[in-house]
Amino acid sequence: MSNSNVLLSIKDLHASVEEKNILKGLNLEIKPGEVHAIMGPNGAGKSTTGYVLSGRDGYEVNSGSVTLDGEDLLEMDVEERARAGLFLAFQYPVEIPGVSNLEFLKASVDAQREARGQEALTSAEFLKLAKEACKQVNLPVSFLKRGVNEGFSGGEKKRNEIMQMILLQPKVCILDETDSGLDIDAMQVVAEGVNSQRSPERSFIVVTHYQRLLDYIKPDFVHVLADGKIVKSGDASLAKELEEQGYAWLQTEPREDELED
Amino acid sequence: MTEQIDKALAREYEAGFVSAIESETFEAGLNEDVIRRISEVKGEPEWMLEWRLKAYRVWLEMEEPSWAHVSYPKIDFQSISYYSAPKSMKDKPKSLDEVDPELLRTYEKLGIPLVEQQMLAGIAVDAVFDSVSVVTTFREKLEEAGVIFCPISEAVHKHPELVKKYLGSVVPTKDNYYAALNCAVFTDGSFVYIPKGTRCPMELSTYFRINEQNTGQFERTLIIADEGSYVSYLEGCTAPQRDENQLHAAVVELVALDDAEIKYSTVQNWYPGDEDGKGGIYNFVTKRGVCHTNAKISWTQVETGSSVTWKYPSCVLKGDNSVGEFYSVALTRGRQQADTGTKMIHIGKNTRSTIISKGISAGKSNNAYRGLVRMNPGADGARNFTQCDSLLIGDQCGAHTFPYVESRNPSAIVEHEATTSKVSDDQLFLCQQRGLDAEKAVSMIVNGFCKEVFKELPMEFAVEAGKLLEISLEGSVG
Repeated sequence: MSNSNVLLSIKDLHASVEEKNILKGLNLEIKPGEVHAIMGPNGAGKSTTGYVLSGRDGYEVNSGSVTLDGEDLLEMDVEERARAGLFLAFQYPVEIPGVSNLEFLKASVDAQREARGQEALTSAEFLKLAKEACKQVNLPVSFLKRGVNEGFSGGEKKRNEIMQMILLQPKVCILDETDSGLDIDAMQVVAEGVNSQRSPERSFIVVTHYQRLLDYIKPDFVHVLADGKIVKSGDASLAKELEEQGYAWLQTEPREDELED
Repeated sequence: MTEQIDKALAREYEAGFVSAIESETFEAGLNEDVIRRISEVKGEPEWMLEWRLKAYRVWLEMEEPSWAHVSYPKIDFQSISYYSAPKSMKDKPKSLDEVDPELLRTYEKLGIPLVEQQMLAGIAVDAVFDSVSVVTTFREKLEEAGVIFCPISEAVHKHPELVKKYLGSVVPTKDNYYAALNCAVFTDGSFVYIPKGTRCPMELSTYFRINEQNTGQFERTLIIADEGSYVSYLEGCTAPQRDENQLHAAVVELVALDDAEIKYSTVQNWYPGDEDGKGGIYNFVTKRGVCHTNAKISWTQVETGSSVTWKYPSCVLKGDNSVGEFYSVALTRGRQQADTGTKMIHIGKNTRSTIISKGISAGKSNNAYRGLVRMNPGADGARNFTQCDSLLIGDQCGAHTFPYVESRNPSAIVEHEATTSKVSDDQLFLCQQRGLDAEKAVSMIVNGFCKEVFKELPMEFAVEAGKLLEISLEGSVG
């Protein structure tokens, strides 16, 4: 069966937010080690895809199926999906004042290791890993002591997300517009962090509005999401094409909200 | 999410058990005879009885205050018993060996072993059970340093000059309705005297336990830190889970003489009542300290229990350069109501005060901060900084802030900052997406919110307070 090697399988996924249909038949198969870019115009359902896959409250799945490593992802709670190896790098990482980055990361890693039946890391072991992760994304070690995202600049927040990814070692990483608000230098650092984590076992879904991030994180596949489903797929060259021509030529039918106007 | 939060908050009250201890309890009711009997069982001198009776007469003329942001049915003061003591305490046990083992077991169950070998080194405990002090540990060791740490009922006999001089000197009888009631019927509590220039060699703590039904606990604590001395004092409180409300009306007075420092920490975990608001302790407490020249008083409180809390640990900054601090975490859930805060009265020159208040409301609870900062005309160069933060969990609770500032000195500086935030869906989602369950996430977020206050607590208490919040929050996530 061709499915045997599929890590994440999304089949005919329909999902809505506040009773508004956003995803309308999304299909995607991702094999281990692959990097898939999802591009598309604003409102196409790009961020929704990340939230639906990670199980966020308020994002209702109406039909379809999603499996991760053959397990039914949609049956799992948010934290169970995370422990199963799904990671979402947020577009707008939220602050948690007073909770240190280190404390937060250690608790996350502990929870995931426990769920997988692995022994807990000692504080010393963890601190060593965390310091290395900081280095990889070019964040000073002092960031471990600061409150989660508290007072971080936009770029620091994004690097902090990648640092979390490095420590949690997920199977599937969804990067939700990780490039938004970043200058070229910051984007390069983020991309290097991501590239360092590419491996034959780990897959990525890179959600982005712009092609430029894909100059640094080379995708195996590029998909165009429009009006809740993938309307075109191709290799990295499709991204270039979109950059030149925009999305308008792909919009085969008017969007629902446009009809409502 | 709210549902998840509520679930997390609905954890059992672990200290809710009842001890099977035979008690001598007065029948319910309050009149001069009852006060005479309290004084008699305590074998008090005449002057003490007179003081009580005077207070009772004052109380009769007063009215129950209604300005606090809390509501509860009118208390019938005639339906309460004003004295209850374990029978075994009648012929005062001379040592721990003579204390009723059931009493020792009760404290052990609460995590307060009273057998000295098992105790946390460095903490002396006075254990108050209903209306009497059952045991005070490490007394000899403290006596070597000249420190007096004993039940106040004993101090009345052994140190009458100190009691006469200071009792009621900080919180006068007429101060307020509950304080007056306490003056009339107080039963036990701790007495501390730290001699001049002495740094108390260990932490002192009092552990209050209400056990008997339909009784009130009226504790009275008096701490005197003589010139240049230092003491850190902790108090903890629990009560069984009962359907009836019980009254706890305490008065705590602190006196910090010139250059002295008193650090007073409270972890209050009285039974809060059930989810529908049935039962629980009414915690109506007056706590106040007076600072003489260069003295410092620091109040730290973690309030998680009681169905109704009415409490404003305050500082009278009488001497020049004296310092007052108030650090508070108040958590309410279910139908709990808290109206708590502080008063900083700046009288002396260059007096300074800091107020950090963290209120956390969950369930259908109401949490109010009420604080007064007064700069008297003589308080040249005085400064206050107030930070008052509220955290809401769910959408059925309330947070309220009532800051009062009275400045009568143009050189005084008063700063006030206030924030209100919610444990947001975004924060919870981030934590869960990283693999944490919702309960752990909420307790981590709340602990982070309280960090500034927790760091003021002595180590052992900081750990206990963190755990207590975790327990209180369990089931509060939805």
